[in-house]
Amino acid sequence: MTRQEHKIRDGNAVEVRGLVKHFGDTRAVDGVDLDVPEGTVLGVLGPNGAGKTTLVRCLSTLLMPDAGTAVVAGYDVVRQPRQLRRRIGLTGQYASVDEKLSGWENLYMIGRLLDLSRKDARARADAMLERFSLTDAAKRAASTYSGGMRRRLDLAASMIGRPSVLYLDEPTTGLDPRTRNEVWEEVKRMVAEGATVLLTTQYMEEAEQLANDLTVIDRGKIIAEGRVNELKAKVGGRTLQIRPSDPGELNRMVGAIAQAGLDGVGGATADVEEGLVNVPIVSDEQLTAVIGLLGERNFAIAGIDTHLPSLDEVFLAITGQKASAPEESKNDKALEEVAV
Amino acid sequence: MSAATVTASPTNLPDEGRIGLRANLRHIGALVRRNVLQIKRDPESMFDALLMPIVFSLLFTYVFGGAVSGGDRGEYVNYLIPGMMAMGGLNIAMSVGSGVNDDFRKGVMDRFRTMPIARSSVLIAKLIVETGRMLVSTLILLAMGFIMGFELETGPVELLAAVLLALAFGSSLTWVFMLLGLSLKTPQAVQGMGFLVIMPLQFGSSIFAPTNTMPGWLQSFTEYNPLSQLADAARSLTSGHGPLAHPVTVALGWTLVITAVTAPLAVRKFRTKT
Repeated sequence: MTRQEHKIRDGNAVEVRGLVKHFGDTRAVDGVDLDVPEGTVLGVLGPNGAGKTTLVRCLSTLLMPDAGTAVVAGYDVVRQPRQLRRRIGLTGQYASVDEKLSGWENLYMIGRLLDLSRKDARARADAMLERFSLTDAAKRAASTYSGGMRRRLDLAASMIGRPSVLYLDEPTTGLDPRTRNEVWEEVKRMVAEGATVLLTTQYMEEAEQLANDLTVIDRGKIIAEGRVNELKAKVGGRTLQIRPSDPGELNRMVGAIAQAGLDGVGGATADVEEGLVNVPIVSDEQLTAVIGLLGERNFAIAGIDTHLPSLDEVFLAITGQKASAPEESKNDKALEEVAV
Repeated sequence: MSAATVTASPTNLPDEGRIGLRANLRHIGALVRRNVLQIKRDPESMFDALLMPIVFSLLFTYVFGGAVSGGDRGEYVNYLIPGMMAMGGLNIAMSVGSGVNDDFRKGVMDRFRTMPIARSSVLIAKLIVETGRMLVSTLILLAMGFIMGFELETGPVELLAAVLLALAFGSSLTWVFMLLGLSLKTPQAVQGMGFLVIMPLQFGSSIFAPTNTMPGWLQSFTEYNPLSQLADAARSLTSGHGPLAHPVTVALGWTLVITAVTAPLAVRKFRTKT
């Protein structure tokens, strides 16, 4: 049975089948199927230019898809855009608020555009500012806000109409780590209150923090999907980074780990530029085993660290290829050349 | 179209997708308020409307006025002021193009376009605000005129008619510049393009000087230039003599044609812009 023949399940807030959108010869979205059950968060992970934003713009009635169907909150994206617009909220990569207006004026205007009475629009603007910790800045022009405040105002603006489906298009791209955490907390709260969220991101960490399910797309096509934990296990969970005291020992260290054949430990690679050995691991026991092994062999270690897999590592694990993003490829090349 | 699909679908309320007239007016009101607040926050954006009539009327009256009119400056003021009423709309309308363009670059238009409002309401709100700015500009021009000795030889009704005619034409130009703003890539391009259109129209007309000393080819251009017709109509309305029916008809004709062609194009462009 192909995906298209699946009976449409009840309780899906977003159902996309065979969605296609091209710009000239480029198929930005190339036959995408998605299901987002009500009240859950779907993370759409992919590099720049993978088609994430195009997908979101199709699903939020900003772009007309060329083929396929998409039903959001029970409404067809193509045939019932007006009804759909009452049900969705969109927060893009670029803050979509009027920078010359104050935070309060922005939210009041949106309330009025959503047919709230003057009184209700006022009350709702006050409440949302309070909720997103912007009350102190309510009267200031949005152009004077910090990046995080602007993103919070943007989220508040998207929430005024109590949308049942919320699109967050790279909500933390360009934010510093502290601000990123603030935005994550807000998103978690919205989900706890029952919103369905479609989140696009370039960061595995963000997907892990927020999403239940994950879809990985590249060049407009889905290349992997599943629970976040499943994909993480597939990718190797974490990467253990070891910095030998003597950078000349990088390859010897990689060889030692490979020879030992520790259970479940993926192929170690040397990153010559950074002077690091990267070892994919899935459990704490493996971490201990690797460090123990290196101790036994008398390697001098200057530092160790663990981190979640980067988008590139996810792509490598899933497809055996690098992500199509132009950035970060330099690092990857160095990494591949010395890979064992 | 979409209204029909809604009624046919049993699960949806029949009226949910439609935007009623009252809701539409409320949306336009909220968006007009937005534009007015923008002006309040950024008073410099009113400089064109406030200063242009002052600078131009002073410049032309005292620098060129004597020479153009053969020494009779008072006569020239009576010629210039109604002519400049025709010009005001063009200069004000130009700024709306870069404004619309800027909105799209900031992403706020994406917000509007994902909201349950008629997409034309964003543009209509702009139109209303720009027409208001034109009115302010025209009033300042008239005040300057009266200070410099402008004589209204007819009555307030004729003056009002002249003002309304100029505003109507100016508002049709607003659609042209909104279309430009939606079609070109940067606000700078919109500005540059705007000047290219404005300069020949403005000076190749009867606004600043009578056309009878111009070469024949230029005279034919000024003849068809809607600004000349508008200037002549305003002159006849304020002085009580000169042709009236012809220039008024031509000016109104231009207004209708420009609006009928560019307004639907602008709304369409707004809808489909990516």
